[in-house]
Formats: sequence, structure tokens, C-alpha cells
Amino acid sequence: MLEVSNLECVRGERRLFAGVGFRLDAGEMLYLQGANGSGKTSLLRMLCSLSPAQEGEIRWRGESIGKLGEDYRRELCHLGHHNAIKEELTPLENLRTSARLADEALDEGTALDALEQLGLAGREDLPCRYLSQGQKRRVALARLVNERRALWVLDEPYVALDSSAIERVAGLIGAHLQRGGLAVLTTHQAVAVAAGKVRELVLAPDGQA
Amino acid sequence: MSNKLINWFRFASPQAFYPLAGRMIPWFWALAAVFGIAGLYVGFLVAPTDAQQGEGYRIIFLHVPASWMSMFIYLVMAFWAGLGLAFNFRLSGMMATALAPTGALFTFLSLWTGALWGKPMWGTWWVWDARLTSELILLFLYVGFIALQSAIDDPRRADKAGAILALVGVVNIPIIYFSVKWWNTLHQGSSVSLTKSPSMAMTMLLGMLLCALACWMYAIAVALMRVRTIMLERERHTEWVREELGMKAKEQ
Amino acid sequence: MLKLVRAIISRDLRLAMRRRADIVSALFFFIIVVSLFPLGVGPEPELLRKLAPGVLWVAALLATMLSLPRLFADDHRDGTLEQLALAPQPLGLIVLGKVLAHWLVSGLPLALLAPVLGLQFDLSTDALWVLTCSLLIGTPALSGIGAIGAALTLGVRGGGVLLSLLVLPLYIPVLIFGAGAVDATVTGLGAQAHLSLLGALTLAGVFFAPWPTAAALRIALE
Repeated sequence: MLEVSNLECVRGERRLFAGVGFRLDAGEMLYLQGANGSGKTSLLRMLCSLSPAQEGEIRWRGESIGKLGEDYRRELCHLGHHNAIKEELTPLENLRTSARLADEALDEGTALDALEQLGLAGREDLPCRYLSQGQKRRVALARLVNERRALWVLDEPYVALDSSAIERVAGLIGAHLQRGGLAVLTTHQAVAVAAGKVRELVLAPDGQA
Repeated sequence: MSNKLINWFRFASPQAFYPLAGRMIPWFWALAAVFGIAGLYVGFLVAPTDAQQGEGYRIIFLHVPASWMSMFIYLVMAFWAGLGLAFNFRLSGMMATALAPTGALFTFLSLWTGALWGKPMWGTWWVWDARLTSELILLFLYVGFIALQSAIDDPRRADKAGAILALVGVVNIPIIYFSVKWWNTLHQGSSVSLTKSPSMAMTMLLGMLLCALACWMYAIAVALMRVRTIMLERERHTEWVREELGMKAKEQ
Repeated sequence: MLKLVRAIISRDLRLAMRRRADIVSALFFFIIVVSLFPLGVGPEPELLRKLAPGVLWVAALLATMLSLPRLFADDHRDGTLEQLALAPQPLGLIVLGKVLAHWLVSGLPLALLAPVLGLQFDLSTDALWVLTCSLLIGTPALSGIGAIGAALTLGVRGGGVLLSLLVLPLYIPVLIFGAGAVDATVTGLGAQAHLSLLGALTLAGVFFAPWPTAAALRIALE
């Protein structure tokens, strides 16, 4: 499904990595590892077609993602380093707004249910600026509960979460893989995911990956 | 077809263009000098004194070419920028960056010589004439382009952002010119009409053309020199730049 | 497609409503700048009537500039802009929604406030009417063209000042036709032609500007 070949990333004057390649099929997950500054986030941004690859190619279902454009983005769910939630809005509004912008219908009951699953019951009407760092991350991750797009690209999903929340999120990812979805994630915490085949890729400086 | 393309693309790479530009620069300088001397000779010694405007009019031999260049360079710059945006050529972005200061210089020169010409002719340094106003706005556009490019650290992003700005500017120039003209005709009362051009002697036209050619050659030479510097700066980590600079060091 | 534009507008309006202070300060900036002019040039009604269109329009341009840097910066900072860029719809449509929302919270209040300020300048009823119309018609173009500058300067050093440098020259046609419409009414000529041209500029600004803006946003996100 997702094929990456010979990818190279140059940031400013430094070459972060080169010759990176992997293949991911339905129901598989890729753990992206590497030291700080090794280009994990850059690689994820390339996978999302946010930044262009200097060298190499990324293919989705056999076609280059640059060509697929909107068709690719329709199957992609990206959770970045930032939470992409609005401090002025409540968790409930955040969740429903982001669903509407992604052109998905999300009724209030389902949204409330998703928030409850991530342990945010009772906080749904509080503006997000009053939430803690971990709670904000949970709001961002609540999107995943009803997310049925095929490819999840998650940048440090577990950061700032407590152990029970980590378990929940790992469960969500496991369920996604079981449905035949794909996931690419970076993390510094090794978390067991129930289902699916797990691949690992370690980014090392200059093409030794 | 493919052969032709390859030839074209060969010079689109900085590495191939650098030595080519280096070989061309002296020629353009020489042509600039020849045309400049010829133009000034015609302008100062051959062209007759104007019946109405006396000797002061001779500044048009600089003023008119500078105005032409200021507008034309913006178009060329936008052309390179658009080419870079569409096909992702590194070289075209560099060309656009290299042309901008020359364009701004000619715009400034045109305004300045215009003011110097205006004082003896109409008794004022500045009139809000449509053409003067548009030229001033053109200077703003150049300054905006240069400021935007220098504010962005990543050269690739600077090229692309500058390209979008240049293209937006090109679309806007006719609109701006038209609106300023409209505005000017409504407020005609106090200003002087500059649109009525005096009949021009053949030699005057010749001098102007020669000077315009000199400006052309100068602009090309300077842009090539600047683009060579930009290339070295941006590609200083590549093998060919190191070789180039290493060779130079040994020669001295 | 319309649904997406509507969703963006309602989101941005809701956010603006939760941060009303920003809208109010831009409006007061407009009021103060306009009120400074009589203090600077003297209170003769004749002179003020002549100055009014230009002063009000220039103040409107400057007040619009105030809110422009935040058009995309907030979304950029909290990662929402990335999500918008990854939405399965053209980014230009999202920009269109944001431009319209920006106009609703910046241009529209300016236009509605302008006749009150026009009274300070002793404008006739006709002129006040045309002033409001010209601002209503012209300010969407300011939001549209301004969005290009806001996207180009996103995350750039000294973005705010640079933004004015890029955008103000492009505002000149809007200024000329907008102020010209009021001026034409004051001097007894019809404002029709000016307003039509202003409308054309706005249509072009609102519907074409989102595409270069979207391109600039993608560059900024790289």
C-alpha cells in the first residue's frame, strides 16, 4: 500500500537522512525511531505531502502521492507535533469542528462518547486553555476514536500522556490495524500494540538507515 | 526533442551556468561601454539643442532608458520567478533575485532624473502625474520583493515566496497603472500634462536607443555577476564550488 | 464545497467572538486615526469635507493591516493550518472562507462605523451613504489581497512590518476607487463608475487571491 523508496531529506545545509525506504501493507505499523534531530518529523511531513522530498519517491497504492493529491489526503489522517486544537474552543467544539473541516459528519453523541473514551468526561464544555498539557493531547487524540481513514501518521502520539491514556491510544491504534489500516508513528516510548505486524525503522545520520 | 531538452537543462544547473556566465560577463561589459560612449556622444554632441527646453532636456538620454529598464526588468524578473515556480529550476530563482536590485536601481534612477528634469521644465521636483506615480509604486514593489526575500532564511522558500509576490505584482501593475491614470485625469486641475510628447528629432531617438542598449548590457552584466555570487553562496557545500574556490586560491 | 467554506467561516467567527477585544481594538484604532486628522489640519468644514474620503479610506486600510498578521499566524502556531492543508479539499477554498470571515470581523464593522465618523467631517447625507457603500464594496478586496501578504510573511522575521510593505502598494487601486467614489459625490459627479470598478476589484480580489495565497501557505508549511 505505502511504499517509500530512496528518500532523502536536506534541512538547510545539513543532510538529515538519505536512501530511506520501506514498505507498509494493510494492517501493518511502522515505528520510526531515531535520536532527536534525526529527521523523524521531517520524514512524517514528507509522508503527509506537506514537504516535498528532495530525492526519492513515496507511493500510495502504487501511485506517487504528488499525483494523487486530494485522493491521497482523503485517506490520510495526520496528527502532528502540535495538537491542532483551538484554545478558545471547548473539547467538544474542537472535535466537531475538525471533523467538519475534514468533511466528515460527527454528531454530538458520538463526539461526547469519543471524549469520554479518552477520559475527558466532564471537561467537554471547558475551553481548552484551562486544560492541562496531557488533557489537550487527549482532545487531539480523541479524533482517532472515529477515524476510519486508511493511513494514520502520528508524530509522538504518547507524549504528555499518563499510562492509562497511553494504553487507550495503543488500543485505538491496535483496532485500526485490525480493521486493515496502516499506521506510521514516531515515539520514544515502546508501547505494545495488540494487533498487527510491527516494523521498525531507525533513522541514522546519512543513509545508514 | 529529448536532445534539445537536455541541452537546455544542462545550463539550467548552476554548475554548468557558472563558467558560462563568467565567460559572458566581459563581453557584456565591453558592449555596455561601447554603446554607452556612442549614446552619450550622440546625446551630448550630435543631438541638437531643443528649441523649447534648451540643454536641460539632455537628461532624457538617461531618464528614458532607465524608465524602460525599470519596467522591463520587473517583467523579466517575474518571468524567471514564474519559471522557477513552475519547473523548480534552481537557476531561475537565483536570476530573479539577482535582477531585483538592478531593477530597483533603474526605478530610482528614473525617479531621480525625472525630478531633475522636472525642476527646470515645470518648476517643481515632483508632480502627481500618472507615470511618475506608477513609477513610484513600482519602486515600492521592488522594495517589497527584496525585503521579502531577505527576510526568509531558507533560500528555496525565499525563491518561491518571491516568485508568488512577483507574479501577483505583474498581474497588479496594469490595474495599478490604470487606476492611477484614472485618478490623475480626475484631479487634473493643478498638475501638468506630461503625456504630450514633443516631436523628436531622429538623432535624439538614436541617442536614446544607444543609451537603452548600454543600460541593457549593463543590466545583464551586473545580473550575471550577482547570480554567480549567489550561486557560490548557496552551493558552497557542493563539490564544484569547493573546486572552483580552491582553484582560485591556488592561482593567487 | 460551499459546506466547507461555511464551516470555516463559522469556525473563524466563533473564534473571533471569543476574542472580541481584538475586533474592538482595531475599530478604536480606526476611530482614533480618523479623529487625529482634524486636530492636525484644523477644524475648517470646507477643508475637512475635502479630506474626509481620503482620510477615512486610508484609516480603513491601516486598520485592516492591523488584523492581517493574525489571519494565518494563530492557525500556524497551534498546528491547525497543517490540518487545513491536509484536508481533502482545495486549500484555496479554505482560504476563501477565512478571507470572508476576516472581512466579516474587520471590514464590515469599519464600513458600518464609517458614517458616524463621516459626520465629524461634515459630510452630506449623500456622501455618507456613498462612503458606507464604497467601504462595503471595497473592504472585501482588502481582506483578499491582504491574505496573500499574510501568507507570504507567515513565520518570517519582522512579519508585521514586511506585510505592510508588501500589501499597501497593492491596495492603491482600491484606495483610489474607494476614496474616488466619495470624492465624486462631494464634487457632484456620480459615484456609479467608481463603485462599479471597486466591485470588479473586489470580485477579482476575493475569488482570485485565495489561489496564490494557498500556494504561499504551502510554501510556508514546507
